[in-house]
Formats: sequence, structure tokens, C-alpha cells
Amino acid sequence: MLKNLFLTFAKIGAFTFGGGWAMISIIEREVVSKHRWLEKEEFLDLLAVAQSMPGILAVNISVVVGDKLRGLKGAVAAAFGTILPSFLIILAIAIFLTPEAITSNPTLTSIFKGIRPAVVALILAPVFTSAKSAGIGWKMAWIPICVAVLIWSKLPIVSNPILWIIIGGATGYFLATRAHKNLTDKQKETEK
Amino acid sequence: MIYLRLIWSYLKIGFFGFGGGYAMLALIENEIVSPGWITEQTFTDIVAISQMTPGPIGINSATYIGYVAPTQTAGLSSPLFGILGSIMCTLVVVFPSFVLARYAGHYIARHRESPWLRGIFSGLRPVVIGLILSAALLLMNSANFGSECTEIAKSVALAAVVLGLTLSTKIHPILLIVVAGFAGWLIF
Repeated sequence: MLKNLFLTFAKIGAFTFGGGWAMISIIEREVVSKHRWLEKEEFLDLLAVAQSMPGILAVNISVVVGDKLRGLKGAVAAAFGTILPSFLIILAIAIFLTPEAITSNPTLTSIFKGIRPAVVALILAPVFTSAKSAGIGWKMAWIPICVAVLIWSKLPIVSNPILWIIIGGATGYFLATRAHKNLTDKQKETEK
Repeated sequence: MIYLRLIWSYLKIGFFGFGGGYAMLALIENEIVSPGWITEQTFTDIVAISQMTPGPIGINSATYIGYVAPTQTAGLSSPLFGILGSIMCTLVVVFPSFVLARYAGHYIARHRESPWLRGIFSGLRPVVIGLILSAALLLMNSANFGSECTEIAKSVALAAVVLGLTLSTKIHPILLIVVAGFAGWLIF
């Protein structure tokens, strides 16, 4: 079982490009449809937990699935399966394609000069798509814009992304509990 | 001691890495690129390599930075120091997932529908978008777009075309990177 768990997740890790979301559907197919280790409902519950955790989504889902099936050993087997293929590939690239190897080769230099602006665009694109799917319109856009500009500013303290993660979570918590309290207060009043 | 610095940075990246790979880039930029462990160019190249190889960006960057930071920046030239750094950073970045899955998993599962947990995530959502935007802004620099006029113009044009294609079509990012690399070979 542990070996199977490792091999299944290693296969997923070796053949899925694009991380988290691309991996989820394949993990579901392997774990639910093919091996029948989990019911679909169970898998979706675990997925919800993995999504709520910080860290790498593909690793989170491997850990919670492995943990559910075989405890700590299962979690380790699944997570190692997920990370091992990309670890080996990137290690090989790091050893042979060093930053100096790129700058000392004129062809590689011009290829990477073309790739770099494209990568920036690929990072920028989900800002628009995820703002749309999160329902953040122009009215709310000032929040991500302010956060981004302050991080970009490299000023001391306010440029630390961790600060904004904590502020965002705390504000959300505060607003939610206040709204909840107002709601229960109103309910009490109407009961009177 | 570079290894301790890397461990501490990657622990923070693992524990506060909400919102997926691109949002994590903002943390990596702040923890690894700003202190000068790797250059801006290398950072962008890692993202490009991550896109073209299997596996999540968080793992790929940890493995690559773990290798490059000791061997290139700290001057520990033997590849063994690089491999040690790679193993360490990769293990450290996944460590929080184990701790949280084992000790907070049940708690999260039980309170998933609670208003306060939902509140935390609705508060995180706009911040995560800000993090991704900041990662893109930080990368719009001379290291990635060049420093002289024609080079900048070509780079901006390339970025604009890729952005337009990503938003309006379903062309796979790997294909876009390959085409951009080819275009770079032609025009730079």
C-alpha cells in the first residue's frame, strides 16, 4: 500500500505540468476512480481542507490523502512521491543550466531575453482572471493595488507580504465575527 | 550561515504561502531575491523553468534556489553544497504541510463552514491578488526587460502579446514560453 501510494503520486508528480489545479483532477482520478482508496465525497472533503492550508496545494492534498489512508507513513510516502520527480528534474537543471551557463552562451541569452517578459505576462494574467472569479470589481480593486504597490515599494516593514497576509486574514475574521454577532443580536431582538 | 538563513526563509514561505504558486512568488521575492541570494534574472528564469517542467512552482523554486544560493552566491563551489541546499529547501518548504495536515486538518475540517473561517479566507482573497500583482510588478525591471530603449520596447511588446493571448485564448503557457524563446532568439 505505501509503495503503491508512493508510485501513484510519483506518476502524478512526473507527468503534470502547472502544479496545483492541474494536479487535482488527476489525483482524483487515481485515488477515487482507479484505486478506489477513497469515496468521491471523502476526497472532496480532504481537498477542501488542503485548499484551506497554506503551502503548496499539490503537496497539501498528497499529505492529507496519505494521512487519511495510512497515517504519517502514508503522508510521507504520498508527499515524497509528489515532490521527488520535480526535485530530480530541477536538480539536474540547476547543476547544468547555471545562471552563468545562460549568460556565457549568446544563443541562450537571447532565448531567455524573450522568455523573461513572457513569464512576467504569465504571472500578471491571473491577477485579472482571479480578481474576476473572486468577485473583486473596481470598487474593491484598491485593496490588491495598495498591497501590491506597498510590497513593490521595498519600504521597510510595509513591503513584507507576510504582514499583509496576516492583516487580510485578521480583517476578514473581524468583519465576519462582527456580522455574525449583529445577526444573532437581531435574531434575539425579534424573539423578544 | 547560508543554510540556516534559507531554512528560516523557507519555513516562512511554507507557513504563509496562501493562494498558490504565483502568490508564493511575492514571498520568495521578499525572502530570497531582496537579500540578494539569487539575482532578479535567475528568479524569472526559475519561474520559466518551472512552467516548462512538471511539478509545482513552490517545489521547483525551492530545489533550484537551494542549489544556486550556496554554490553561486555564498561561494561554496562544490556541487555537494548545492545538492545539500536543494534537499534542505525542498524538505523545509513542505514541512508546514505535514504539521498543519496532521494537527490542524481535523480542526479545519470541523470548522470549514464556520463564519469566522470563511471570513479569514474572504479577507485573504484580495490580499492574494495583491501578492500576485506585486510579484509581476517586481519583475518588471531592467533585469527582465533590458535597460536600453529598443530592448525595452521589444520586451514590452512581447509581454503585451503574451498577456493578450493568455487572457483571450486558451493557448498553453508552455507553448507561449517556447514561442517567446524563439522570438527572443530572432529579435535580441
